[in-house]
Amino acid sequence: MTRPHDKKMEFALEINDLTVSYKDKPVLWDIDLEIPQGALVGIVGPNGAGKTTLIKSILGLLKPVAGSAKILGLEIDQGIKKIAYVPQRGSVDWDFPATVFDVVQMGTYGKLGWLRRPGSNEKKLTKDALEKVGMLELAHRQISQLSGGQQQRVFLARALVQHAEIYLMDEPFQGVDSTTEQSIVELLRELRNQGATALVVHHDLQTVKDYFDWVVLLNVRKIAAGPVSEVFTETNLKLAFGSRVSLGE
Amino acid sequence: MFESLSVPGLGSVIAGTAMLGFLCGTLGTFAVLRKQSLMGDAISHACLPGLIVAFLLFNSKESWALMLGAAISGTLAAMIILGISRYSRVKEDSSLAITLSVFFGFGLMLLTWVQRRPDAAQAGLARFLFGQAATLLDRDVWLLAAIAIPCLITVFIFWKQFQLVCFDRSFAQSLGFPVFFIDVLLSLLLVMVIVAGLETVGVVLMSALLVAPAVAARQWTNKLEIMALLAGIFGAFSGIAGSFLSNIGKTSIPTGPVIVLLITLIVLLSILFAPARGIVWLQFKHWRDSNVLQLDSVLSNLVNLAKEHSGKQNGHSMAMLKGISSNPSGVPRSVHKLLEMGLVFEVDKGLYIPTTKGEEYLHEKTSHMGRP
Repeated sequence: MTRPHDKKMEFALEINDLTVSYKDKPVLWDIDLEIPQGALVGIVGPNGAGKTTLIKSILGLLKPVAGSAKILGLEIDQGIKKIAYVPQRGSVDWDFPATVFDVVQMGTYGKLGWLRRPGSNEKKLTKDALEKVGMLELAHRQISQLSGGQQQRVFLARALVQHAEIYLMDEPFQGVDSTTEQSIVELLRELRNQGATALVVHHDLQTVKDYFDWVVLLNVRKIAAGPVSEVFTETNLKLAFGSRVSLGE
Repeated sequence: MFESLSVPGLGSVIAGTAMLGFLCGTLGTFAVLRKQSLMGDAISHACLPGLIVAFLLFNSKESWALMLGAAISGTLAAMIILGISRYSRVKEDSSLAITLSVFFGFGLMLLTWVQRRPDAAQAGLARFLFGQAATLLDRDVWLLAAIAIPCLITVFIFWKQFQLVCFDRSFAQSLGFPVFFIDVLLSLLLVMVIVAGLETVGVVLMSALLVAPAVAARQWTNKLEIMALLAGIFGAFSGIAGSFLSNIGKTSIPTGPVIVLLITLIVLLSILFAPARGIVWLQFKHWRDSNVLQLDSVLSNLVNLAKEHSGKQNGHSMAMLKGISSNPSGVPRSVHKLLEMGLVFEVDKGLYIPTTKGEEYLHEKTSHMGRP
């Protein structure tokens, strides 16, 4: 999808002066951020740093007090069609009456618009995505009977179905086994190699260097953002997390 | 045209309550899945003041006029509830409680005042509290159909969006669907259904007919389509049966309570006996699983004992097995069952060894363990 030799390459995401608050308490303060296309970006910061808030603001799920976000040069309401969102696993009720297939197929609804129903094309897309995350065999299982790792794979497949240019993932590694974690990382790399951009809220500082090309260090304010090799330093981490954190090197 | 049955008017009563029950069950499915069971309760109570104001304004007890009034105050209440939770810090349960009590309180006040008026025109307004299906006329049934059919068509058209919003609101929004508009649409449908049921079930118990069929249906299926359909069927059944029972003889019990008792019975049976989710079913499964586990553990103990004392064909006693079991009292029954299955052999009186078949059985079971 990316055409690096175009006259002007748009940023995947361009965020200007973004401030978000819950009542009088600022959660994000004056964030400026430019994410290049085709990067695997880790969003790192302590609890309450505004990582989820950042993702929800980009999606337009939260109204900012000030500032704006652009998606591939487009305003949010247009650009949102280029984004696939993977919410936190715990944000839904897994006892909802639906099968794995039903949930993944929901990813096709955006392109279907208001009135069309999923047909054979959507079913094929759904099966392909299930195959990619290794869940095709469980397609007809009720979603309440899945393990944490399997639930995460379902959410991932639902995003893959959208064939988006940008993926926003909220803690996809939370509470999943290491096999699942590794296969999610593989998928992320594959997406990146196809030209997609991914922003991933991440908690494990030890794996940031292995998983991501880019990192955003966040603690209400933006502490630093850039290529991992330049930005992911002891000094910046102390600024984001306080003095207790170390990389253990 | 509904007069073909022997009791005059019974045909329209059946047609009306069946339609109403089906509609309530289907729409209630979404309310229950959105954890908005109490929304229906608040809206239905909030219909009372509008109904009485409409009676005063039009000076008539025509169904359409009263329904219009009820619909207006019901919608107003729904919008207030949605608005409070969207624009203020008050939580949804509190905004429900406030809206319900204010509207219903006002409605009761109006009702009392109207009933004290000297003319007889107001007689029968109180039937809207608990419902009276016997008063359904042919034209009421047509009015019900005029509400039910558009509602069901809307559900059919927006099925995809409703499913999406019920399961994952923020994902729905990330796909570009206007979630707040879909919320409003669902709430409006809820108002329509409630208004349709006021005459039959009444404002006080209306919410039970919305919530209970969906709760019962959830027990029997894991598919949303089937849940909505089944809830409709449960609702229709209790509607029809309830109207029948409340009209037996000349006693004329209010229909609302009878319908509610019936649907509650269905819920109770579903919660107890539904496969995979019912309490009795789960208990039985638990009991069966723990029996199998106990069986396996006794067999495993015997195999291990036989290995430790290899060469000896003495076997081991029941007391020995009890000594190393976590549930000694269950050991004799397990041993008995193992003997029956041919997995264990009694070498001497009261002394047991595993058979080759028993060792194979255990190997088969344990070879699955430890795999990812």
